[in-house]
Amino acid sequence: MRKKVFQLLADNTSGVLSRISGLFSRRGYNIESITAGVTADPRFSRITIVTSGDDDILDQIEKQVAKLVDVRDVKELKSQDSVYRELALIKVRAAAGERQGVITVADIFRANIIDVAPESLIIELTGDQDKIDAFLALLEGYEILELARTGIAGLGRGIENVTYL
Amino acid sequence: MIGADAVIKCLEEEGVEVVFGYPGVAICPFYNSILQSHIRTVLIRTEQNAAHAASGMARIMGKPGVCAVTSGPGATNVITGIATAFADSIPLICITGQVNSELLGSDVFQEADITGAVESFVKYSYLIKDVNEIPRVFKEAFYIANSGRKGPVLIDIPIDIQNAPVRSFKYPEEVSMRTYKPTVKGNMVQIKKVMRELEKAKRPIICAGGGVLLSDAEQELRDFSEKFRIPVVSTMMGIGVMPTRHPLYYGMVGNNGHPCANRAMNESDLLIMVGARVADRAVSQPDLITYNKVLVHIDVDPAEIGKNVGPHIPLVGDAKHIFQDLDKQEAECSHDEWVDALDGYRRDMQVKRKPNPAYVDPAAFITMLSDKMDEDGIYVADVGQNQIWSCGYHVVKKGRFLTSGGMGTMGYSIPAAMGARLAAGKKQVIAVCGDGSFQMSMMELATMRQHDIPVKIIVLKNQYLGMVREYQHYTYKDHYSVVDLSGSPDLEKLSAAYDLKFLRLHNMDDADKVLDKFLEKDESVLLECLVDPLDLVK
Repeated sequence: MRKKVFQLLADNTSGVLSRISGLFSRRGYNIESITAGVTADPRFSRITIVTSGDDDILDQIEKQVAKLVDVRDVKELKSQDSVYRELALIKVRAAAGERQGVITVADIFRANIIDVAPESLIIELTGDQDKIDAFLALLEGYEILELARTGIAGLGRGIENVTYL
Repeated sequence: MIGADAVIKCLEEEGVEVVFGYPGVAICPFYNSILQSHIRTVLIRTEQNAAHAASGMARIMGKPGVCAVTSGPGATNVITGIATAFADSIPLICITGQVNSELLGSDVFQEADITGAVESFVKYSYLIKDVNEIPRVFKEAFYIANSGRKGPVLIDIPIDIQNAPVRSFKYPEEVSMRTYKPTVKGNMVQIKKVMRELEKAKRPIICAGGGVLLSDAEQELRDFSEKFRIPVVSTMMGIGVMPTRHPLYYGMVGNNGHPCANRAMNESDLLIMVGARVADRAVSQPDLITYNKVLVHIDVDPAEIGKNVGPHIPLVGDAKHIFQDLDKQEAECSHDEWVDALDGYRRDMQVKRKPNPAYVDPAAFITMLSDKMDEDGIYVADVGQNQIWSCGYHVVKKGRFLTSGGMGTMGYSIPAAMGARLAAGKKQVIAVCGDGSFQMSMMELATMRQHDIPVKIIVLKNQYLGMVREYQHYTYKDHYSVVDLSGSPDLEKLSAAYDLKFLRLHNMDDADKVLDKFLEKDESVLLECLVDPLDLVK
């Protein structure tokens, strides 16, 4: 089992995301995360999918996704040539006495406190998945009330691998 | 001009001659507009068969068959037909009426999310929300359905869009799709590699699937096989790529195939799979087809290559183009010894049956029928024991053999035969089914009468769902469950009710005479053959 990150450029049509996710569920492929958003050209969406499987399956995933009529381009974002970022919003129970401890941990990770309530804080953290996992591990002593993670968005480095529209 | 008129104009632009379907309110604007067109409409008796009939037509014409049904149950009924076409890569255009676009999603009368429901059985689908999109959508739909790996495309059109005024109609001359560009021509480097392997090989073989027929590459395949003396076997969907009695053709492979074909494939040292999925019925153990041999896999769909088995030489492209390129190559090779050995297998490995003389022997009967059929006749096999007998004993000369290979949908043969007949002019078309599969489509006898489509029907009647009974015989030691077809209608009376000519064959004694009568005129006839209820295909 290997993890792989695929970047897709697809027509920005209403059914495109369901067609892609339907393909994964129908054929039993794993999706660890999927993010989608419009590109600079509003006719297209860029979709980042994190998936896992053995080499044969990963090869099939790439071919089956490429076969979808709406998909213009599929490529692997290899970790050494790419940047990945994920956004996490974490609501932690923290009364006045606990606040400073949470804020100190957040500062080390360059996270932001974006909401303060009498009993809780919301922390905003951006980074690759390892960084977010590491941060969550450090919060173990606190009670996480709610957690929202976006899944990663990614881009290849440099201009060699750009798909021009 | 309204949307429905525009749809009809699109169909005319695509050269559509027949639409199979079943109306309902949501598709009524379409069926009103079609009255002003020369396009023929055929009222099928249940929607599933509209797709099967369009499939039969598509397979003979080499372009998409068209069906049009209403929203809700009309649309959901057609799904099995669409899935059947998808599994065999048959190009279809399925038009479904839909409720008013403003009511979509509110669960009104006869609303079904058909584009969502067919997602896994179509090559693509459209829900038209702007009447001015109609020409572009139809142009794209016909192109998608009939290019690359062919398949069904569904177009869902809400009734208000069908009734909306169209500003101006212009059918696009070219398709411009940013995202869809199938590969047609094979890579020359890979083609040269195939030739080098062919020079090295002592025992090469070609295994041809339905893709060869879909790309109309039979002649090119035959030229290649004859030029380099390469033996050919086929999958079920590939039956007819070569005449059955061609000296280099050795039969169908797979768990229901000919032992000689399977042995030929196993003993080969170079296997060229073309237009075949390497699916479980043809190749039960994919690992074995790369054992001790070089595997070349040719397919227009890159995702098929490596899906079930990893080939040594993948070659993506359309079979016709690739064989044209291969035919131009030269290679020093001689496979006479191998061909001689296979001829020996063919002689020695005949399947021996012990037919019960009190009944019709399906094997002998089907061979006799083939010999008496017109050279270019079309044989449509249904699903069940009858299909396996048809695959094993029908002799293709210059005609075609159609069946539901991928999905194995019972009831396929009668509607598909009707579609094939409408595409084939005056050619002889014969549907061969069992008494189970016949009853899944017998309502279409009315369609045949109403539209005067002279299809000939043979029912191999054994009073059981024979294929399942055979499975229960082997697996559950004759513990039969829900396979007895008692209560089936008297086919003679049924034929009389539909004003159809009827013949019955009790055993092989009269087969010659009865078959002559069956085939003598270009008319619909129903021939009932009484088959031993306990007969087995294996």
